[in-house]
Amino acid sequence: MKALECDGLKKSFGGVLAVDDLTFSVEEHEAVGIIGPNGAGKTTVFNLITGLYRPTGGRVRFFGNDITAIDPARPAGLGIARTFQNLRLFGSLSVLENVMVPLLAKGGYGPAGAVLQSRRYAAAERAARERAMELLSLFRLTGKASLRAGSLPYGEQRRLEMSRALAVSPRLLLIDEPGAGMNPKEIEGLLADIREIKKAFALTILIIEHQMKLVMNLSDRLVVMDFGRKIAEGTPAEIKKDRLVIQAYLGEEKEKTC
Amino acid sequence: MTLLSSARRLIIVSAVAYLLLKGLFLSGLATEYLQQIILYALIVIIGALGLNVIYGYTGQFSLGQAAFYGIGAYTSAYLTHVFSVGSALPFLPILLVSGLTSALIGYLIGFPILRLRDDFLAIATLGFGIFVRVFLDNSDRLIDALGGARGFVGIPRITSLDLVLPVVVILVLATRNVIFSKYGLFWQCIKDDELASSAFGINTGRMKSMAFTYGCFLAGVAGALYAHLYTFLHPSNFDFLKSIDFLIIVIVGGMGSITGTIAAGLVWVGFIEGLRIVLPTGLLEYRWVFIPLLLIILMFWRPNGLMAGKESKLLGIAKAP
Amino acid sequence: MELLSYTLQQLINGLQLGAVYALIALGYTMVYGVLRLINFAHGDIFMFGAFVGYFCISRWHLPIYLVFMIAIGACAVLGVLVEKIAYKPLRAAPRISLLITAVGVSLFLEYFLSLNAMFTPNYIAFPRPFDVAGYDLFLVTITNIQLIIFSVTAATLFVLYLLVYRTKQGRAMRALSHDQETASLMGVNVNATISFTFAVGTACAGVGGILYGFAYPQINVFMGIMPGIKSFIAAVLGGIGLVHGAVLGGLLIGVSEVFVSAYLSSTFRDGFIFVILLLVLLFRPNGIFGRRIEKV
Repeated sequence: MKALECDGLKKSFGGVLAVDDLTFSVEEHEAVGIIGPNGAGKTTVFNLITGLYRPTGGRVRFFGNDITAIDPARPAGLGIARTFQNLRLFGSLSVLENVMVPLLAKGGYGPAGAVLQSRRYAAAERAARERAMELLSLFRLTGKASLRAGSLPYGEQRRLEMSRALAVSPRLLLIDEPGAGMNPKEIEGLLADIREIKKAFALTILIIEHQMKLVMNLSDRLVVMDFGRKIAEGTPAEIKKDRLVIQAYLGEEKEKTC
Repeated sequence: MTLLSSARRLIIVSAVAYLLLKGLFLSGLATEYLQQIILYALIVIIGALGLNVIYGYTGQFSLGQAAFYGIGAYTSAYLTHVFSVGSALPFLPILLVSGLTSALIGYLIGFPILRLRDDFLAIATLGFGIFVRVFLDNSDRLIDALGGARGFVGIPRITSLDLVLPVVVILVLATRNVIFSKYGLFWQCIKDDELASSAFGINTGRMKSMAFTYGCFLAGVAGALYAHLYTFLHPSNFDFLKSIDFLIIVIVGGMGSITGTIAAGLVWVGFIEGLRIVLPTGLLEYRWVFIPLLLIILMFWRPNGLMAGKESKLLGIAKAP
Repeated sequence: MELLSYTLQQLINGLQLGAVYALIALGYTMVYGVLRLINFAHGDIFMFGAFVGYFCISRWHLPIYLVFMIAIGACAVLGVLVEKIAYKPLRAAPRISLLITAVGVSLFLEYFLSLNAMFTPNYIAFPRPFDVAGYDLFLVTITNIQLIIFSVTAATLFVLYLLVYRTKQGRAMRALSHDQETASLMGVNVNATISFTFAVGTACAGVGGILYGFAYPQINVFMGIMPGIKSFIAAVLGGIGLVHGAVLGGLLIGVSEVFVSAYLSSTFRDGFIFVILLLVLLFRPNGIFGRRIEKV
C-alpha cells in the first residue's frame, strides 16, 4: 500500500513556481529522502502535504485517501506528523507539556470536565503524562521534563521536536532537516535514533536533509529536487552516480566558489 | 486529585478573606466609600481575568473588553428593571444571563475578527468598542429605559460582599481549572506558535473562539455586578479608557498569571483611588497622564508583566504537582 | 432634480471630509508600510496640527501660508520625536509591545495636552481668517472653504507624489516597505528613512488638521480619536501600505460617512465605520488596491 502519493503537485507564489509538477510516492514502512540544493522547494512540499499551503495543482493521497488542500489541523488526526526546519517548539511550555499537547489534542474530556476536574479529566491527563514521559525517555530527555522548552540547548530541542512528533502516533513522519547544525557524532546518534523509532513505531518516513551521510544511510530511496522539479529518483547508490544530480549540486558548488 | 481537594486551599483562603472583609465592613471601620472601592476592585479583577484569558494566555490582543463589560452591565440592569428584581437570590440567574449575553456577542463577533493578526485585531476590537458605545449612547431610541446618553438610573443596589466574593472565588477557581487543563495548554500553544499548534491537532480557530467567548463571559458578569454596585450607568463608563484599565492590570500583573491579575487588580484600583484622595485638586487631572506613561514604561521594562506565568501556592492557585 | 441636487451636494461635502481623511490615512499607510506598525498616536498629531494652526492664526495672526508651513514643521518634528523616543528603542521587541506603546503614546498626548496648563480639555473655536462664501455651480453650492480644502489637499498629494516617487529618500522608503532586510543590505539608511517616513506622514496629518479646523471649527484635544480610527480603516479599505489606497480609502470613507449621516441618521455616523471594517476584513482584507496575499 502506498502510504503517500504526490501526483503532479504544483505550487506557485505570485509568479514564482516553487513546486513544478512533482510526482512521487512512498510505500508503507519505506524511508524516502528528499534532497536538493537550497531553494529547491523541499519544505514547500511538506507544507503542501500537511495543508499549510494550498496546491495550485495536483493531488496528495495518504493511504489512498485524497488529502489535497486539507485543513492544517487534520493531518495529526490522520496520522501524519512533522518536524520543522526552524524548530517550532512551544517555547513557554515545559518539555513534558510539549509532548503532552498532541496526546491531549486527541480528546478525552470536554470543558465541563476541565472545570470540574472530573474523573475523565484526571484519567486523560494522567495517561497523557505517562505516555509523554515514555516518549521523552526514548530521546533521553526525562530529566528535563519540567524545564521550559525554550531553555534547552539546540540539540535537545531537536530531540524534543521528535518526541513531540511521535506523540501524534503517526503512520507517516515528515522530518525536515533534523541534522542541521549538528556535528558528525551527533549525526550518527540521530541516525541511530531515527532508525530505532522507525522500527519501534513501524513508521513510514519522508525526510528532507542536506547531510548526505544521514540521508544516504537512512533512505531506501531518494527523490532529488531542483528548482521545484524532480530531477532524479532512485536508490542512494543510483543517485550518487546520476549525472543530473551531480550537475545540480556541482552547479551550486560552482556558485559558492564564485 | 478531585476538584474539592485541589481547590481546598483556595477555598480556605477565600473564606478567611471573606471573614476579614465582612468583619471590616460590619465594624464600621470602613467607610461606605472604602467598601465600594473594595467591591469594585473585586469586580474589576473578574473583568481583567477575562482579558487575561483572551490576551495573557492566548495572545489575542483585544482592546474591546470594556464593550463586553458594558453589555453585561446594561443587560443586567435592564433585566432587573423589567423583572423588578431587588435582592441577590433572584439576581443570580440575571447575573448568569448577562454573562452569557456578552459571551454570545463575543462569540459572534469572534467569527470575522479572531483570525486577524494582532494589530488588525486591535483595531477591530477597538472599532467594536466604539460601535457598542455609539449603540449605548443611542439606546434610548430602542428601549427608553436604557437611557441613552442620559444614562441608566435607578438600578437597585444588589451587589454586596456576600454576592461578589463567592462569585469571584467560583470564577477564579473555574478559570484556574480550565487553565490547568488541556485548554490552557492549547491556548498557550496558540500564543507561542499558532502554525505549529494546528500541526499537532489543535483546532486553533475553535480554541481562540473559546478563549475569547469565555473572556467576554467574565466581562459580562463583572459588568452586571458593577451596574448593581454603582446603581447608575453611562455609556462613557465603557469606553476605550476602561479597556485600557483592564489591559494595564493584565500587563502589570503578568500575562498568563491569575495570581498576578488578582494582585494587580487590587493594587491598581487602590492606587487610582488612592491618587484621587491624595492628590490636591489642582493636580487630580495628572492621574490620566500617568496611566499611559506607566503603560509605555512597562513596555520598555517588563513587557510580560511582573508575575508572568507564575502562580501563588499560598493562595491555592498554583498547580498541584 | 431636488434629489439630484441634494445628492451631489452631499457628495461634495463627503469629498471635503474625505480629503482630510485621506491626508491622515497617508501617514498611517506609509508608517505601516515601512514598520508594520499602526501608529495609534497619528490621530493625535493631526489634533496637534489643528492646535498649532489655532495658535498661529488666533494668537500670532500669521499669514495662511506660514500657518501651514509651521504646522507641517511642528507635526513632522513631533512625529519624528515620537518615533525616536518611543518606537525606535522597541524595534526588536515583539510587535505587541510596540502596539501597546503606540496606544500609550496616543493616550499620553491626549491627556497631557488636555491638562489645564496645556490646551485644556475644552472645545476651542478655530478661527477663520476669511469670510465664508459660497459659489453656486449648476446644482450645488461650493464654499470657499471646500475649494481651499480641495486645492490644498491636491497640492499636498502632488508634493507627496514627488517626494515618494522622485526623490532618493522616497525610493528608499518604498524599498524599505517591500523588504527591510534587503533594503538595508543595499545601503538604505534604515533609521533615516523611517524618520523621513514619519515626518512626511505626520506633516500630511498636520495639513489635515488645519483644513479640518477650517471646515469644522471646533477643536479639542480628543478630536483626533475618531478621525484617526476612521482614517486608519480608510487606509485598510484602500489597501494598507499603498499610498493611492489611502487616498481612495479616505475619500470613500468621507463620502460614505456624509451619505450615511444624510440619508440614514446622523447618530450612526460613528458606528457604521465598524461595519465597513468588518466588511473589508471579511470580503477583501487586502483592500481595494491590495494584491491577494497568500496566507502563511
